[in-house]
Amino acid sequence: MKINSPLDAYKYLPGTNCGRCGEDTCMAFASHLIDRSKSAKDCLPMIEEDKYAKKLEELEKLLAPEIREVTIGTGEKSVNIGGDDVLFRHKLTFFNKTAYAYDVTDTMDDKELEERINTIQTFKKFYVGEFLTLDMVAVRCVSGKPETFASTVKKVIGLTELPLILCSFDPAVLKAALEVAADKKPLMYAANQENWKEVAGLAKEYEVPVTLFAPNDLDLLKSMAKTFAEMGIEDLVLDPGTFPTGKELKTTFENFLKIRRAGIDGDGEIAYPIMAVPLTAWMAYDDDVSASYWETVVASVLTVKYGDIMIMHSIEPYALLPEMHLRDTIYTDPRKPVTVDPGVWEVGSPTADSPIIVTTNFALTYYTVESDISSNKIDCYIVVADTEGIGVEAAVAGGQLTADKIKKTLENAKFDLKEKTNYNTVILPGLSARLQGDVEDKVGSKVLIGPADSGRLPGWLEKNWPPQDK
Amino acid sequence: MSDKLKLSELNSILKDLDVESLEGVTIEGDIELDIQGGGGMNPAMAYALGHEAAQISLHVANIARMLGYPVDQLFAQCLGTGGETAALQTEPTIEELLQAKFDVARSSEWNTPIGEVTLGATSADGGSRDHTITLGGEKAMPFYFDAEMPNRNYVTMDVFDMPISMAKSVKSNYEDVMGDPAEWAKKVVNEYNADMVTIHLISTDPLINDTSPKEAAKVVEDVLQAVDVPIVIGGSGNPQKDPEVLEKAAEVAQGERALLASASLNLDYERVAKAATDNGHAVLSWTQLEINAQKELNRKLMKQCNVPRDSIVMDPTTAALGYGLDYAYSNMERIRLSALMGDDELNFPMSSGTTNAWGARESWMKESPLKEDSDWGPREYRGPIWEIVTGLSLALAGNDMFMMMHPTSVQVLKEITQTLYGNIEAKTPDITNWITAEV
Repeated sequence: MKINSPLDAYKYLPGTNCGRCGEDTCMAFASHLIDRSKSAKDCLPMIEEDKYAKKLEELEKLLAPEIREVTIGTGEKSVNIGGDDVLFRHKLTFFNKTAYAYDVTDTMDDKELEERINTIQTFKKFYVGEFLTLDMVAVRCVSGKPETFASTVKKVIGLTELPLILCSFDPAVLKAALEVAADKKPLMYAANQENWKEVAGLAKEYEVPVTLFAPNDLDLLKSMAKTFAEMGIEDLVLDPGTFPTGKELKTTFENFLKIRRAGIDGDGEIAYPIMAVPLTAWMAYDDDVSASYWETVVASVLTVKYGDIMIMHSIEPYALLPEMHLRDTIYTDPRKPVTVDPGVWEVGSPTADSPIIVTTNFALTYYTVESDISSNKIDCYIVVADTEGIGVEAAVAGGQLTADKIKKTLENAKFDLKEKTNYNTVILPGLSARLQGDVEDKVGSKVLIGPADSGRLPGWLEKNWPPQDK
Repeated sequence: MSDKLKLSELNSILKDLDVESLEGVTIEGDIELDIQGGGGMNPAMAYALGHEAAQISLHVANIARMLGYPVDQLFAQCLGTGGETAALQTEPTIEELLQAKFDVARSSEWNTPIGEVTLGATSADGGSRDHTITLGGEKAMPFYFDAEMPNRNYVTMDVFDMPISMAKSVKSNYEDVMGDPAEWAKKVVNEYNADMVTIHLISTDPLINDTSPKEAAKVVEDVLQAVDVPIVIGGSGNPQKDPEVLEKAAEVAQGERALLASASLNLDYERVAKAATDNGHAVLSWTQLEINAQKELNRKLMKQCNVPRDSIVMDPTTAALGYGLDYAYSNMERIRLSALMGDDELNFPMSSGTTNAWGARESWMKESPLKEDSDWGPREYRGPIWEIVTGLSLALAGNDMFMMMHPTSVQVLKEITQTLYGNIEAKTPDITNWITAEV
């Protein structure tokens, strides 16, 4: 993005405040352009009226991210990679989560292939209201035979809608696979110093994105990128090589930093998404657990620092879970609190005698409270008030957590304390003690003040629940 | 292709091309162009037709331009106004790679180094430690090529002054030493390669055993006797009791240059700070995920309590992977960047309570409580990697010292951070043909 203030974007807009984009003013729209929650094409007058055509074109150019965005695959499961504008996520978040691909080979038998693909495409983990899942399948040509590879790729397409990476350095092998898979828009892996001319030809012929592989040679990588771009092939992914151990791993890390910094700083010739191959950890370790661990560690480093897409091997849950969570961590907007849905939620199997605990919809607070309770096997209700994603202490101070909010939450959930519980009592977080009187008046329930830290809830409940007087 | 092209046909041809830029462009009418030579056409009619045709050709030219065809070059050629007469560029065929040199600037923004804090004192300095450990000193983000990183990361392993409940896979390593903090300390140093030991005096909590500060001080003495690495002295986390406990502990450890954990805004930090300065220790400045609170506390420690700059380490709080690590990561990264860019209230080394990772259910729970989740697999492997990834991501954000628990986690975290530091010699495999690797 060549501009970074709403004012800069505003200059290109009609300035009529017509409101057709859903915003009241063009300035408000401009600020959404900068944070990328809207695109220039959402301005209908600019699309419809010829007189704006030139400005629209200029604006789009200015708003385009520094790092090229590349789409792999088709349909709902397609993935976008790249598209970033900053080196540190607190400036503008990172866009397009690292795409995680897990490998299969053309030497696997049908059963093995099917089971592995099934794991890759069905693995899921609930987190803050949604499921984390895996993205892609990388098919490696181990046989060296074009027809074997093509037949495996065909099988894989029959088994999954996930986008593919076709891996071979042999243009004949790649061509055979593209014959069966090109319309799925797979990512080709890879062009290197030897085969680049043929692979470039394939990329043009089949119109698929392509990876450039130049292990630890950034001059060569840039030369290839420049050459491909000159030929009109710009859906590129750069692989500077993932050396899994020792000083070479340090160099790999530095290569990722260098490529991304150059791209963000305006070197358009190398401003493409970066690929990591943590799978190489398996070439350095013999036993599965050590290899899995090291692969996860390398993947973690390169997820945090600029890997846009990566190929891995371990599909053990102990490797997948931290990888998926870390990726979510790095690609979450750190400027916007993560929230959970407000409402009355059950933990365990609560009954009319169970405690009713009030908290906020700041995801971190909620999940802390929830896990403190569930890990102690306490059955209860949690009343999650909509505090706009702000934690208890700040929400009380800022007026986002009030007696009215709590009342509204109960009403919206159709949770009648007198009808559904035996004690008509709610437990407020210790840090919101001063709401007690108000809640008693407005909600019409009794109120207990719980501990300041939900970690103390189990002990506190032992002493204070059920309440003494009914 | 037919000789006659209707504009409506043009529309339908383009429809299949998925040309986004054409959205909103409409070509009206359905004019068939079939213009024959002059003849007896009336001039007004010819003019009108000519105008119409020119309009249409402009439209069509615009479309061609959107499709990427070099229209202007063509016009220039036809009209004889083109400067160059080069043939229309079709696909360039390139026989040799275009040469390019990769180059990237070092950061010029990072001009303030992080302060260095040395922990532990040898006999030369009036202590009894075998060696000292120096944290901080960075002039760039961790492991970056902009500047040499002067000190590597260090791991201090947790030891408690009483048996505590902990995840099974952690506990199994300590069952034999749980009743004896000195033995526990020996074990983490001798067997698990801990760089330092943190002795947590949790039994002093009035809600636990309410042991006296004097008893706690005795435990600290035992640990100092048992190991010769630098130590961290932690309270119970009870804000009323901690200042008193840390005071006594600081006295018995006088001269050893321990790190007192912690001074925070919710307790009598002045008292903790004084215990540190009076006895030659450093102090851990602990705040909760808030950069401004961290600045405030650091300022108070320096200005109000006269703690020297070389005696402050920060703990901006570690939320575990999946439990707020996004905030912890951002917070540390922002702190480190601000410090490097000159914020002198933040340029201290950082410490992370990485052990917090064991609070995450994914690290210890046998299986997911959610039926919809895929199988989580064996927790013996899940737990340590949870602690590793939590710590590792913070290492990349700028963290210098890790308080950790599981031996495997410590070993792997040290391996990767020291690899990135450039300290590990290993024969790396040849990856040029990784695609065909047997794995």
